[in-house]
Amino acid sequence: MSVEYQNIFTQVQVRGPVEAGLPADTLVPEIWERGKGGFFSYWVGKLGNAQIGPFYLGTLGVISIVFGTLAFNIIGFNYLSQVDWHIGEFIRQLFWLSLDPPAPEYGLSLFVPLGEGGWWLISSMCLLIAVLFWWVRCYSRAVQLGMGTHVAWAFASAIWLFLVLGLIRPILMGSWSEAVPYGIFSHLDWTAAFSIRYGNLFYNPFHALSIAFLYGSAVLFAMHGATILAVSRYGGDREIDQIFDRGTASERAGLFWRWVMGFNASMESIHRWAWWFAVLTTLTGGIGILLTGTVVDNWFLWAQKHDFAPEYPATYTPAVDPSIGG
Amino acid sequence: MRRNEDDLKAQFRDNVIVAGSVLTVMGALVVGTWLLFIRTPVEVDQLGYRGVAMEQVEFADDKLTKVAMNVAPEEVYELEPDDGSEERAGEIYENVQVLGHLSDENFTRFMAQITEWVSPEAGCGYCHNNADGEVENYASDNNYAKVVSRRMIQMTMDINANYDAHVNSIAAEGTEATATRVAQDDSIAGVNCYTCHRGKNVPEYLWFKDAETEAEALDKPFMGARNGQNLAVEANGYTDLNVDPFSAYILRDEPARVVYDKPIGDDNESLIMRTEHTYSFMIHMSKALGVNCAYCHNTRAFTDWSQSPAQRTTAWYGIQMSRHLNAKYLDPLQPVYPEHRLGEIGDAPKANCATCHQGNYKPLNGADMLSAYPSLAAPGPADQQDPALSPEEVEAKLNAN
Repeated sequence: MSVEYQNIFTQVQVRGPVEAGLPADTLVPEIWERGKGGFFSYWVGKLGNAQIGPFYLGTLGVISIVFGTLAFNIIGFNYLSQVDWHIGEFIRQLFWLSLDPPAPEYGLSLFVPLGEGGWWLISSMCLLIAVLFWWVRCYSRAVQLGMGTHVAWAFASAIWLFLVLGLIRPILMGSWSEAVPYGIFSHLDWTAAFSIRYGNLFYNPFHALSIAFLYGSAVLFAMHGATILAVSRYGGDREIDQIFDRGTASERAGLFWRWVMGFNASMESIHRWAWWFAVLTTLTGGIGILLTGTVVDNWFLWAQKHDFAPEYPATYTPAVDPSIGG
Repeated sequence: MRRNEDDLKAQFRDNVIVAGSVLTVMGALVVGTWLLFIRTPVEVDQLGYRGVAMEQVEFADDKLTKVAMNVAPEEVYELEPDDGSEERAGEIYENVQVLGHLSDENFTRFMAQITEWVSPEAGCGYCHNNADGEVENYASDNNYAKVVSRRMIQMTMDINANYDAHVNSIAAEGTEATATRVAQDDSIAGVNCYTCHRGKNVPEYLWFKDAETEAEALDKPFMGARNGQNLAVEANGYTDLNVDPFSAYILRDEPARVVYDKPIGDDNESLIMRTEHTYSFMIHMSKALGVNCAYCHNTRAFTDWSQSPAQRTTAWYGIQMSRHLNAKYLDPLQPVYPEHRLGEIGDAPKANCATCHQGNYKPLNGADMLSAYPSLAAPGPADQQDPALSPEEVEAKLNAN
C-alpha cells in the first residue's frame, strides 16, 4: 500500500465495454465509427490505456502503411542480399549492414543502377510517401476530433529535419551521395564524417541550439513527469480539472517549483515549454544541417572568423603542412 | 487525505528497503566487476592545454606490457672495422647484387644477423636452400625468399637513406610524459629487418586487398554490393567505414584531404563518402600506433596544421613512405611469391603502419635500429654490385662456372 505511487507502471486499469469515444450525437456522428473490434490487454494496460483498437486506417493510413512497409522491406532485403541471404549472418551483422545512397558521380540522377544506390532512391521515395501521408493522417485526425493540430506540427518539425537530411540538402548540394545511409552503424559513421568534413559541427550555432533544446527537452520531460507523478496521489493526473482549485495536486505541483526555484510554470505553460523545446530541437537542427556545405563549408573557421572559437596557449610544437613545404 | 504517522513511517521504511536493495545490488555489481577484471589505473598523458582533453589514455599495465613486448634485440654479431683495403664481398662471392660493397667479414656478419632477425629457426636455408632441393647454394636465386630478401634489403636502405623525416624524426617526441616511455636515445631510430619481422619469416602485420569488395561490385549489379563499406573487419577497426582503407592512400595516391580551408567556399563538391574513406585509414593509423586522434590532431579542427602536434608531420611522411614502399617494392614482387604467400585475389602482401609500428607510436620503443648496422643505412656504390640478372640468367651463369 505504501509504495503504491512509486511504481513506473500504471496502477489502475479500467474495464468495461470497449469504448468508442464521445457520444455519437454530439458532433458529426459518422466520424465516431472507427470500425469493429477492440479489446483489452492487461500488459498494455501497464503502460497506458488497456484498450486496443478499434482500428481504422482509412486511405491515408493504408497508403502510409503500404509505402512504409515497402521501404522497410527494400532496406531489409538489401541487407539480406549483402549477406547472401543467410539469416544467421543477417542477425550477426545487422548493425553493420547498410543501404547506401548512390556515389557522387551519379549526382542527382534518378536513374541509378539498382545495386549502386537505385534501391536507396526507391526506398527513400517510399519512406517519404509513408511519412508524409502519416503526417496528413495525424493532421486530419486532430481536425476531426475538433482538437488543435499541435501534434501534427510537432511531427512536421521532425519531418523537416528528415527532409533536410535526405532530400533538400542533397538537392542543394547536387548529389544524393550527401544523404544519410540506411544502417545502424553506417548512419553514425556518416554523422561523424559529416562533422569532420565540414570542419566540426560543434561550431555550428544551430547545432548548438538543437543540442540545447534536445537536452532541455529531456530536463523538462523529467521535471514535468516527476512533478505530475509526485502529485498523482492527489489526482494530479487530472491536471486540467484542478487548475483553478486550492490545495489540489495542481497547486501543490506549482508551489513545489516556486519553493524550489522561485518560479513555476502553470499547468498550461509547462506543456508549451515542452512542445517548443521538442519542436525547436529538430527545427534548429534542420537549419544547421541545411546551412552546412551549402552556405558554410568549415564551421570551425567560421567560428574563428566570428570570434567564438577560443584560442588556447600553445603547449606543443605545432605541425607544419609538409605538402606545401612550410 | 492526510496519512497518519504510522503510514508515513511504514512508507519511509519501505522506501529505505527498496532503495537500499537497489544500491546494494548495484554496488555488488560494480565491486564484482572490478574484482573480476581488475585493472591498473588509467594513465593520462596530457598533450594539449588543460581542460581540452588532448591526451593519450592507456591502462598502466597495458603500457608496461607494450614496452616489454617491443624490446629491440641485442646485437648478436659485432661489426668488424673496415678500412676498405680488404677484398669486397662482390669480388669474393657470386651474384651479390646489393651488399657487394661490404668487406667479407661484415658481409657474413650481416647475413648471420639477418638470420637472427628473420629466420632464427630455419637458418640460412630459409633463403639459400633451392626450390629444387639443393641445400645452401648461396649464389643461386632459385628460392623466392632470397629474391624477396634482396628486395627487402634494398627497401630498408631506401627507407634509411630517404625517409629520415619519418624514421628518424625527433619532432615526434610529444610531451615530457610521453617521452619518458622511451628509454633509449631516440635521436636515431632507423629501421632494420627486425623492425617488421620480429624473428618471423613473414612480418605479422601485412595487408591484402579485400576479396569481397573487389569482386562484388561486378558480381552483384542488382543487389547486395556493400559499396566497399559496411563490413566489420580488423582493418577498419570494426566500424562501418571502408573495408579497404589502404589501397587508396598507401598504394595509389588518392587525395585524403576533404575539409575546406576557408569558412565559406564556392564549391559544393560532394565528399562525404571520401571523408569516410579517409576516416577508415585514420582509424588504421590510430590502431597501428596505439594512440587516439589527439596524438596528431587537435580534434576541434582536424584539418588545421597549425593546431596539430608536430607528430602529424612525421605521420604524413609515413604515409608517403608507405605508398612508395608498396608501389615500388612490395606490390611488384607479386610474381615472385608462391601462391600461399598471396592474398585472396592473388595480390602481394603489402605494408601499412602496423607492419613496423605494431601498436606503438615508436616501433620497438624508439630503439636505435640502425647505428650498429651501417650496411642498411644507404644503398652501396653501384659499381661494387653484381649486375641484376633474371633468375634464369643467374642459373645459367652458375652452371657455366
